[in-house]
Amino acid sequence: MNGFPILSLMLAVPLVAAIACLFADAKGARWVALAATLVDFVLGIILWTHFEVGGAQWQFQESVPLFAGFKWALGIDGIALTLIGLSVLLMPICIGASWHAIEKRVPEYMAAFLLIETLMIGVFTAQDIFLFYIMFEAGLIPMYLIIGIWGGADRIYASYKFFLYTLLGSVLMLIAMMWMVNEAGTTDVPTLMAYNFPVAAQKWLWLAFFASFAVKMPMWPVHTWLPDAHVQAPTAGSVILAGVLLKMGGYGFIRFSLPMFPEASAYFAPLIWGLSIVAVVYTSLVALVQTDMKKLIAYSSVAHMAIVTVGLFAFNQQGLEGSIAVMLAHGLVSGALFLCVGVIYDRLHTREIARYGGLSINMPKYSLFFMFFTMASVGLPGTANFVGEFLSLAGIYQASSWIALISTTGIILGAAYMLYLYRRVAFGEQKNADAAAMPDIDAREWLLLAPLAALTLWMGVYPETFMAPVHADVAHLDARLAQAKPKGDAQVTAGHPEAKAEEAHAQGSAE
Amino acid sequence: MNLLTSLGLVLSEEMLSGIGLLLLLVSAWGGDKAARTISFASILALAAAAVMAVPSLMLGRHGIEVSAFSGQFAQDGFASYAKLLIYLSAAVTLVVAPKFFEKAGTYRAEFPILVLFAALGMGIMVSATDMLTLYIGLEMNSLASYVLAAMLRTDERSAEAGLKYFVLGSLASGILLFGISLTYGFTGSTQFDAIHTALGHGMSTGALFGIVFVLAGLAFKISAVPFHMWTPDVYEGAPTPVTTFFATAPKAAALALTIRVALGAFGTQSDAWQQIVMFAAIASIVVGALGAIGQGNIKRLLAYSSINNVGFMLLGLATGTAQGGSAMLVYLAIYVITSLVSFVSVLMLTDAEGNQIEQIADLAGLSRVKPGLAAALAMAMFSLAGIPPLFGFWGKFVVFMAVVKAGYVPLAALGIAASVIGAFYYLKVVKVMFFDEPSGKIGGKCDLVYTALVAIGCVFLSPLGYLLTGPLGRLADTAIASLIH
Repeated sequence: MNGFPILSLMLAVPLVAAIACLFADAKGARWVALAATLVDFVLGIILWTHFEVGGAQWQFQESVPLFAGFKWALGIDGIALTLIGLSVLLMPICIGASWHAIEKRVPEYMAAFLLIETLMIGVFTAQDIFLFYIMFEAGLIPMYLIIGIWGGADRIYASYKFFLYTLLGSVLMLIAMMWMVNEAGTTDVPTLMAYNFPVAAQKWLWLAFFASFAVKMPMWPVHTWLPDAHVQAPTAGSVILAGVLLKMGGYGFIRFSLPMFPEASAYFAPLIWGLSIVAVVYTSLVALVQTDMKKLIAYSSVAHMAIVTVGLFAFNQQGLEGSIAVMLAHGLVSGALFLCVGVIYDRLHTREIARYGGLSINMPKYSLFFMFFTMASVGLPGTANFVGEFLSLAGIYQASSWIALISTTGIILGAAYMLYLYRRVAFGEQKNADAAAMPDIDAREWLLLAPLAALTLWMGVYPETFMAPVHADVAHLDARLAQAKPKGDAQVTAGHPEAKAEEAHAQGSAE
Repeated sequence: MNLLTSLGLVLSEEMLSGIGLLLLLVSAWGGDKAARTISFASILALAAAAVMAVPSLMLGRHGIEVSAFSGQFAQDGFASYAKLLIYLSAAVTLVVAPKFFEKAGTYRAEFPILVLFAALGMGIMVSATDMLTLYIGLEMNSLASYVLAAMLRTDERSAEAGLKYFVLGSLASGILLFGISLTYGFTGSTQFDAIHTALGHGMSTGALFGIVFVLAGLAFKISAVPFHMWTPDVYEGAPTPVTTFFATAPKAAALALTIRVALGAFGTQSDAWQQIVMFAAIASIVVGALGAIGQGNIKRLLAYSSINNVGFMLLGLATGTAQGGSAMLVYLAIYVITSLVSFVSVLMLTDAEGNQIEQIADLAGLSRVKPGLAAALAMAMFSLAGIPPLFGFWGKFVVFMAVVKAGYVPLAALGIAASVIGAFYYLKVVKVMFFDEPSGKIGGKCDLVYTALVAIGCVFLSPLGYLLTGPLGRLADTAIASLIH
């Protein structure tokens, strides 16, 4: 890109639009927000196409010294690229989902969303550790306002819980960052990623970062803010929360915890595994008994994120790539599921599963989309989730076969609660007259869901399009982790080469 | 050091006293009708004094060249830094006061003069390099402040605040004097430099008691736990412009004085006071945060918030390093501006008739009625809570950076974890303003001058403030360097 500051531009567009929204009326604000997010989406596509796969590890780098040791340092690798792609894709969809659903204080709402977009992209691009922290933490304010002002009945409690949980997690990380900067003498993230901290200190630092990322992820038992926040947030808030904000935790593990503290990561890996398998089984069971649709999907998010953490701490290429794939897939699929809930919520204004039923009769198009995303969430082969979950579980199998065994039950339980949800909502008799009278999805809703469905299918059939940028970076990370890799209990053998020779021979003779 | 040089060094103090006395005469003849003119003249005097402080700060003057009256008074860079903050706060107080007092009754001509004399006393405090100069400055400030707190004579709460402040303030002055006398007895001098040298040769138990008592007296002035009890009552009872003044100028003066005494006079025995300061810091953060949770009055809430903030600043002092001191000064500047924004915003909260509103519950739905004001208060709250990207975060950042660098990582972790409790009550204010339905109590028009002040302050608190971090940090470093040379 010849030094054109495209990343700064991507940060600036939504920021400027956010300020413009504050001075616009409701209608103007909607269009400004949509235009800005679409511009950022186009910039995201340009970014993706200009990213050199197999090129330098860090691309599109910008660095301007700012003040008192801070740098405006931006730059992305393939992992960040994929997550930025996800963010800029989901944002226009979120704005579209709020088009009619949000009636009060529209300009402020749109401004808050655009601010979140700036901060999300900032988190994934920051190469100065304190710049990262500022972006990471600043997201709290707009999200707090979105949940608190535009949320449902119990929104105040949810907004407090969200704010204080995440704040407590991240302030400890700040202290750890300060210590690291003093020790290493630099705030540059790539340098810190290669710095070898003393092992004893690593453990403390790892715990401090863990406190922050575990809450953001969220991992059991600090996940309880998520169902509350999801249920009370407006539809678009839930989409962005599930689609992108949760990924900040996973991104944090990949960018900070694993490369900066490899020994500590290996030391604490059993802790992560333990928490993850509890999350997989427990939150799946909890999801099974929910009567609120959004809560059910929120619990399923916790279970999916547990697969991500298991894969990340498998210390091998499959596990890491699988985790990234699950993050992307979950961003698409759970975002889409929340949109599906939003579609019927807008019509009936209730999330109670029992108030619906038999929707496949009066809303066939909707039921088709909902069915597709339900299957994708279960991890049906051919959809995005299957790719990620399969790789993650294959990765963890090499590290610990028992953990792999228990984690895999998550897929069975996932099928149980998702299909049970779908049966109650879409199939059966039309018990409720008002639910039976709901019209099918309109063109706007179709436009929101169709791209997500297409991408989910694309990623399920040919994931290489989306995974190509991350191979090299995951290989870097894997090499960095090799020094600390725990010995796995599985005896993985690498196929039989002579069989291959036979095959070639057979082919040769056939010709 | 001859007398003329000394007199030349304290020119700004002489000017303030001269103008103060002159204005006193004007008020005697002109009466309350001249109050606004006197206010204006006082603001000009403060501005002039501030301008006179600039060169000394810029050049980081220190040592013998700025020491007046045989080492009793220093017009150094450090003092100038504090003076700028003090004069700024006093001037803002005088700008906002007339409207408030005219609404409450009459704007009395002695108000600006008392503020002027209080500011002069504080200037002497921060310049003091001798225990007796310190005491004179402190008392000059305190006596003026007691009257200011009771300015609305017919208001019961104001009179109560004045009396409480006076009784407890006198007690603290007594404790301080006792400490000074012990220090003098065991080190043989009242001069900071001499005490510094004497303590360098070792310390007796008596001198330790002296240090403890001096610090206890100063802790009262900065309202650090466990000497904070007066703060909520006085802040609530005093007229709001006076509270604005109390929350900013005397805080800046007393904190600067504490830094000078701790790092200067007692600098060679830092082990003796570091633990005390650490305790006071953590206790202030926790008590300030917990105490604020149940408050229904916004001025009381801000009082607890100021206790909480003092705790963070003391963390910087607890390191005993120059970097810690510099971080404190940066925090202090940000804290002063944030407090000014929050209190002027509180002044702008009126009902339709222009009566002050102080109950947090009455702020419900402010964002619907006066979105600009609600946004300004929300910015001040998030900034006090230290949430990036607002400027308040930077203050906390430099302080914690200094603490971590000095090797007190558990102290930093404890302090920052406690700051999360603090975030809770700041959030409460934001919640009431933004999430609740309008109470219908808020009304009236916003005064143009107030709006302008808040707007300027908000620009400082916004992420644009970070552009100042470089210069601000350099100024604070220069100031501390002129103290520890």
